[in-house]
Amino acid sequence: MAQLLKDTQIIDDQWIRVPADAEVFPAGDILVHYNDWQTHQDELNQHQGAVGVWFDGNEEIEAFAESLVSLPLIAINFPKFVDGRGFSAARLLRERYGFKGELRAVGQIIRDQLFLLQRCGFNAFQFEDNIDLDQAVKSLTDFSDSYQVAVDQPQPLFKRR
Amino acid sequence: MYRYDQYDQQIVDERVAQYRDQTQRFLAGDISEEEFLPLRLQNGLYVQRLAPMLRIAVPYGLLSSNQLRKLAHISRKYDKGYVHFTTRQNIQLNWPQLEEVPDILAELASVEMHAIQTSGNCIRNTTTDQYAGVAIDEIEDPRPWCEIIRQWSTLHPEFAFLPRKFKIAVCGSEQDRAAFLLHDIGIQLVTNDQGETGFQVFVGGGLGRTPVIASLIRDFLPKQHLLTYLDAILRIYNRYGNRDNKYKARIKILVKAWTPEVFAERVEAEWAHLKGGPATLTEQEIDRVKGFFTLPDYQAVDNDSASTELQRLASDNKAFSRWLDRNTKPQKQAGYRSVSLSLKPAGVAPGDVTDRQLEVIADLADQFSFGELRSTHNQNIVLTDVLVTELYELWTAAKAAGLATPNIGTINDMICCPGGDYCSLANAKSIPVAEAIQRKFDDLDYVYDLGDLELNISGCMNACGHHHIGHIGILGVDKKGEEWYQIQIGGSASKNAALAKVLGPSLSRDAVTDSIEKLLDVYVENRQEEETFLATYQRIGIDKFKERVYGATA
Ligand code: HEM
Ligand code: SF4
Repeated sequence: MAQLLKDTQIIDDQWIRVPADAEVFPAGDILVHYNDWQTHQDELNQHQGAVGVWFDGNEEIEAFAESLVSLPLIAINFPKFVDGRGFSAARLLRERYGFKGELRAVGQIIRDQLFLLQRCGFNAFQFEDNIDLDQAVKSLTDFSDSYQVAVDQPQPLFKRR
Repeated sequence: MYRYDQYDQQIVDERVAQYRDQTQRFLAGDISEEEFLPLRLQNGLYVQRLAPMLRIAVPYGLLSSNQLRKLAHISRKYDKGYVHFTTRQNIQLNWPQLEEVPDILAELASVEMHAIQTSGNCIRNTTTDQYAGVAIDEIEDPRPWCEIIRQWSTLHPEFAFLPRKFKIAVCGSEQDRAAFLLHDIGIQLVTNDQGETGFQVFVGGGLGRTPVIASLIRDFLPKQHLLTYLDAILRIYNRYGNRDNKYKARIKILVKAWTPEVFAERVEAEWAHLKGGPATLTEQEIDRVKGFFTLPDYQAVDNDSASTELQRLASDNKAFSRWLDRNTKPQKQAGYRSVSLSLKPAGVAPGDVTDRQLEVIADLADQFSFGELRSTHNQNIVLTDVLVTELYELWTAAKAAGLATPNIGTINDMICCPGGDYCSLANAKSIPVAEAIQRKFDDLDYVYDLGDLELNISGCMNACGHHHIGHIGILGVDKKGEEWYQIQIGGSASKNAALAKVLGPSLSRDAVTDSIEKLLDVYVENRQEEETFLATYQRIGIDKFKERVYGATA
């Protein structure tokens, strides 16, 4: 079973990520692409097991974010690690739409982005490559404080110093 | 100037530790080249034609003498004993070792400096007027606002992986000395009818392949909303800027595609969610930061007797008089002047200074300008707050160190990129062209008679040398593998910013200086009264210049 970082712990991934344009869905807890979730609503409502949704960070999430807030898991995919759109999408989901479930960064993320990703509201991180998670977890705490407002710290440093 | 508290220091120290670890993992093969690239860039490290290049941030151009001494030490210990001042007020080391960069960053951190976000696709150093705080035409000191922006932009969690680099400049005066309309965001400080401070916000300026002058998107932004509004602009850019083609990735392309009106609407809509939120600035924070930019202890000077004395010294000494004329400037405090130390003597790459000179400048700053100095976007150094009664002494010392070439604002004070001597992207060399021009125009009386003239040289269309906004711009082009040069005229970086027009077909290097001379001849023959080169060009147009260089039929 694949492993990932969640809330600073290394855990086994209980979710099965279904590639986009799926016709059939496996049993168990599944993470389906937003379009598939839309097209197969009825079927997925009957699904035995939990259903989460994933999409790329470039989506116009305003169009559908509200319909996702009660899900247990949303995953934002980074097609390239230098594509920073997922950072904005995560903050919007957390700060504007009040999403409280697991927000997972998936795709081509790298360890050295962990600190910034968690600031933007991600609390779970799944790497494509098989990296040493025991080492990687350290990057979550690269900095002990930050100037800006973000999901992890809703007050700017200037109000706290 | 701003001083770090424990929070600022901790962030910079932790950044050094983070990058040290990243460098070690890279050297151990645990981070790929591709993954290391943005990490090193965001710590200032480029890999160049001959060696890596490290760009060190000089926030809004302000330095202390102590910091300068540290830079001298760094350039000696880790480099070849000289540094380069850039057009964005930063400093570059041309020969550092990748392995030693973490040590360099640690040394910088010990004097409250860093190289954070000096390259890469992120928010870069915020620049401003080198005369901030002393400029006669100042509306309000821009430096506290630059510092507030520096803190907001440093390690901003959402905007570390933008489509492309992002540059902000703040103008606090009537006249622009920061080329702020050629930045991704240009901020103009203004006061409204009630006397409250606010900002005019311009977006989408930039040079490079597609030079664009920024468009106004907000006429008055009350000061407390600065950061939430910037967040809104950056979020729109981060989400909608082009990521498929790096030549179309700057915000200027998005602003053009959407039109400034639509862009402004999108920003306002995003801002509606952020406005008044926790990032809204408090009076307390604004006052805290302003408290670092207080005026030094000026002495009361008898201005009349001081200027009489200065005039006496000047009439006795032509060299001093020239320097006084070109390299010093009155400031709003009577009895004090701002002095430019020229980093453009002939035969030295524009903007280069040696370790020894850095130490001399540090000493001069301690002796004459309250221990502070500024780097300028024209690649010189400014010492402000110099007592007029001490100018002669300062001149003597600066001259001995090769820092008193009286050419500020003249044709020989050119902006010039590193070009083919250092840069792997270059089409042509630029430093030898600058030198040839300085050697050709070495008759000071002639040069002074030409008056204010901005000549800018870039080695390729990336435009690091600002050729589009020079009164005369020179651009290196590649013609069947050979180095050629295109000449442009009529650009300007002022508030009436204008982009230069191409004069005609490109020229070989030999022909460049002679052609410049022809342009100057046309100017001298046609100018009226006090007209500058630019003003004459604007009045008579390009044709006469073109004919002189290419002949009547060209
Ligand atoms: C030697 C290594 C350098 C390299 C490889 C380099 C590369 C580049 C590139 C590729 C661009 C175009 C970016 C774009 O349009 O998005 C650019 C723009 C620029 N560079 Fe450099 N550069 C170098 C050195 C410098 C230096 C030494 C300076 C200052 C003297 C400088 C100042 C600038 C400025 C002001 C721009 C224009 C920014 C704008 O488009 O608004 N660069 N550089
Ligand atoms: S303008 Fe071109 S040649 Fe000059 S430094 Fe920039 S990229 Fe290099």
